[in-house]
Amino acid sequence: MDMTGTQHIEAPRDVVWAALNDVEVLRQSIPGCQSIEKVSDTEMNAKVTLKVGPVKATFTGKVTLTDLDPPNGYTITGEGSGGPAGFAKGSAVVRLVEDTASTTLNYEVKAQIGGKLAQLGSRLIDATAKKLATEFFEKFGEAVAPPAEAAAAEPATTEKKRGWFRRLINK
Amino acid sequence: MAHDGIGARLPRKEDRRFITGAGNYTDDIVVRNAAHAEFVRSPHAHARILRIDVSAALRAPGVIGVLTGAELADDKVGGLICGWMIHSKDGSPMRAAPYAPLARDVVRYVGNPVAIVVAETKNEARDAAELVEVEYEELASVVDPAAAQAPGAPQIHAEAPGNTIYQWALGDKGAVDRAFAGAAHRVEVDLINNRLVPNAIEPRAATAIYDRAEGRFTLYTTSQNPHVTRLVLSAFVGLAPEHKLRVVAPDVGGGFWSKIFIYPEETVCLWAARRLGVPVKWAADRRESFLADAHGRDHVTHAEMAFDASHKIVGLRVKTIANLGAYMSTFSSSVPTYLYATLLSGQYDIPAIYAEVDAVYTNTTPVDAYRGAGRPEATYVVERLMDIAARRLRIDAAEIRRKNFIRSFPHQTPVIMNYDTGDYEASLNAALSAARYAEFPARRAEARSRGKLRGIGLSCYIEACGLAPSQAVGSLGGGVGLWESAEVRVNPVGTIEVLTGSHSHGQGHETTFAQLVAERFGVPTDQVSIIHGDTDKVQFGMGTYGSRSAAVGMSAVNKALERVEAKARRIAAHLMEAAESDVELKGGEFVVAGTDKKIAFANVALAAYTAHNLPPGTEPGLKEGAFYDPVNFTFPAGTYVCEVEVDPKTGAVEIVQFTAADDFGTIVNPMIVEGQVHGGLAQGIGQALLEGCRYDRDSGQLVTATFMDYAMPRARDLVSFNVSTTATPCKTNPLGIKGCGEAGAIGSPAAVINAIANAIGVERIEMPATAQRVWETCRAAQAAVAAQ
Repeated sequence: MDMTGTQHIEAPRDVVWAALNDVEVLRQSIPGCQSIEKVSDTEMNAKVTLKVGPVKATFTGKVTLTDLDPPNGYTITGEGSGGPAGFAKGSAVVRLVEDTASTTLNYEVKAQIGGKLAQLGSRLIDATAKKLATEFFEKFGEAVAPPAEAAAAEPATTEKKRGWFRRLINK
Repeated sequence: MAHDGIGARLPRKEDRRFITGAGNYTDDIVVRNAAHAEFVRSPHAHARILRIDVSAALRAPGVIGVLTGAELADDKVGGLICGWMIHSKDGSPMRAAPYAPLARDVVRYVGNPVAIVVAETKNEARDAAELVEVEYEELASVVDPAAAQAPGAPQIHAEAPGNTIYQWALGDKGAVDRAFAGAAHRVEVDLINNRLVPNAIEPRAATAIYDRAEGRFTLYTTSQNPHVTRLVLSAFVGLAPEHKLRVVAPDVGGGFWSKIFIYPEETVCLWAARRLGVPVKWAADRRESFLADAHGRDHVTHAEMAFDASHKIVGLRVKTIANLGAYMSTFSSSVPTYLYATLLSGQYDIPAIYAEVDAVYTNTTPVDAYRGAGRPEATYVVERLMDIAARRLRIDAAEIRRKNFIRSFPHQTPVIMNYDTGDYEASLNAALSAARYAEFPARRAEARSRGKLRGIGLSCYIEACGLAPSQAVGSLGGGVGLWESAEVRVNPVGTIEVLTGSHSHGQGHETTFAQLVAERFGVPTDQVSIIHGDTDKVQFGMGTYGSRSAAVGMSAVNKALERVEAKARRIAAHLMEAAESDVELKGGEFVVAGTDKKIAFANVALAAYTAHNLPPGTEPGLKEGAFYDPVNFTFPAGTYVCEVEVDPKTGAVEIVQFTAADDFGTIVNPMIVEGQVHGGLAQGIGQALLEGCRYDRDSGQLVTATFMDYAMPRARDLVSFNVSTTATPCKTNPLGIKGCGEAGAIGSPAAVINAIANAIGVERIEMPATAQRVWETCRAAQAAVAAQ
């Protein structure tokens, strides 16, 4: 399954780029992330708990960063096995575009799941994968530029507000 | 005729227990200390197993054992078999790869069993199964049958290069080539016969017991044929000799062929029961059924038909690629060959037919027979071609069929079959008249005024049932004979027990077989019991599938009844001091013709058992057995007429009328036959409109594994069927029965698709004709009209 999206972040590009390479920021952003540890600058081991419909599973796997092009972007790839629940793997090509003091983050996600998860049906899976991708980039945006600051900067908050609203209805 | 004999609309004896929840199904069988099994299955379509770690699972609460393919190999448990040898056209035998019940080195489809976890409770087994760690190295996969043979496609089994199991052919290629060369008209079509998931209402289940004291196994299982299960588990898998293995198939909630195969799960449960020393129970959940029950159909076909100037068919050429999935299931090889290409003559006099069938492995659940088994696929090819030809040649769809009907019998087709009898014009006329075919144009015009596209479609199907003459089956590569056995035991008080090798899993044998006894002996059906499904009770049998139980199973019962009657008549004549030739059996009594001397059947039975006064040399008792081997297939046939309304704005298809006129020969219980037709039609319409099993092309994942994504037909998708019968009794069995179990599923998909194509005014639309597909087809048709 493929999907694309855009996230507007109220921070300069080099701040966003640094955050994209920050394990702690990734931990806060990856939905359901239990732990993440750095193996090298481009490799991490992660444990993620996800719930898709009736299936709840903990995935253990690797996160790798490739095609590094600072500060323009990279490809982040995750691959995890959830035991009998199946497996999930996905990659996102992330591109950062500078826009004076803020940054537009464009992403193209390819996701693939297998086993019990895949058998839940494509509708449920597609919706969940979209939700998770959106959640990741929104949380990432929040981690880089906390909403409190954004709220203060009144005129530039339209994008932020939509993000907040979307989060609300997604719950 | 007795009130509840042949032809009576007798309510089913078994329905009371079924509809009051008193049925006794495999999962209802309670065994002391039984443990519960859960299978660990592959999440990948194709992968190498690098490592299996069961240590965490073994430590989990309640776990009794975790077994993998390694232990299975240690115990020298054999692989599963495909029991029908097919030879390629070059004479080489089919390339069947080993089929281990638990995959050891490589998994080849999503759901391929890898390990069994046995625990004290089902939930403990499930929890522990999640702790079995399997490390895989993913391999590229292929799920599409046409792609499986492409150069560079992933190789699934070393034994089958290019994933090709066989390249088989039937018919005279030269004759067909000549017919096409000289033909006035030719039509062709590309078709996909969509892959289906059987979905019997009761999922598969097993309860396996090993008795250490006797060294004897008992397997309760959801089987359509317990005897063949025992035979395969003994002779091929090698778990126990036949006399040390009892297989019981109690009440079974639907089969549609999917419960006739010998599967990994039941086999592994039986082995695990001995190895772990506990009875093992397993019952699939619905998602597991989607993954683990053999799927049906999945053909890709190109077909061409040639006509002379007077619209008579002169030749038929068919090329089919059949997907057999990741392993060859029990009967899989026979379905796209001898159950398919032999029916390509349909109801028509076709002088030359040539069919080529390639069977391929793919990374999908094994594919085997499913209601109709090859014959729906054949009917779909022939009846789509007939409709396309009628459209191209601008003649009426009924007319082109009528013009080509076989009219004299017996009729030898160019593809093995020899039709004994039939009257295709009679069923066509009956269907057209019931469907008010002549007035269709007015209905179409009226629908158009409402913005609906109304279409009508015909399907004149034929099937070969009554499987099957053993010698013929053997000469074509079948590993078993397809006769049937019966034993009739008359008790001293005159009640009767009939033991049959047929198996009822919804067909109503307890009623119809009793009706045959009532017909012959004049005994009320409530004094007759039908016993089946237990290898300890019935000596041997070939089970129920291929619409064979009435034609073959009941013929065996009839033969045993004849023997009982002969002995009873001899005793009756002796008791009445009359000549045997003067004694006849009427209404439950033996009477001496032309006198008032008579003796009730029950009294003759009692005399047989008291043995106080028997004719000299007569043994006591009244019990006879028989084996019946059919001399030919039977050939049910009929015409289905489907009428639909298509909403071009949404693509929604509504079936507004469905008419069936079937020729099943002699009918034992019209109500049960109608029920069989209704069920078959629902399945066929499901295939045509709703059901489509899908695998993700890239990952090989099954993405239709729930009823959310795999649409089964519901009452609201159907219409009240208008069913009727015509009859030309079968000439090759004593009862004139042809069989009715599969007809509905065989004939209806083509009728539905022909109706939709007729409504939209196109030649092609694929199954399932979902609203989206129909809408797209409507749009394309409108665009084509606009372009002109």
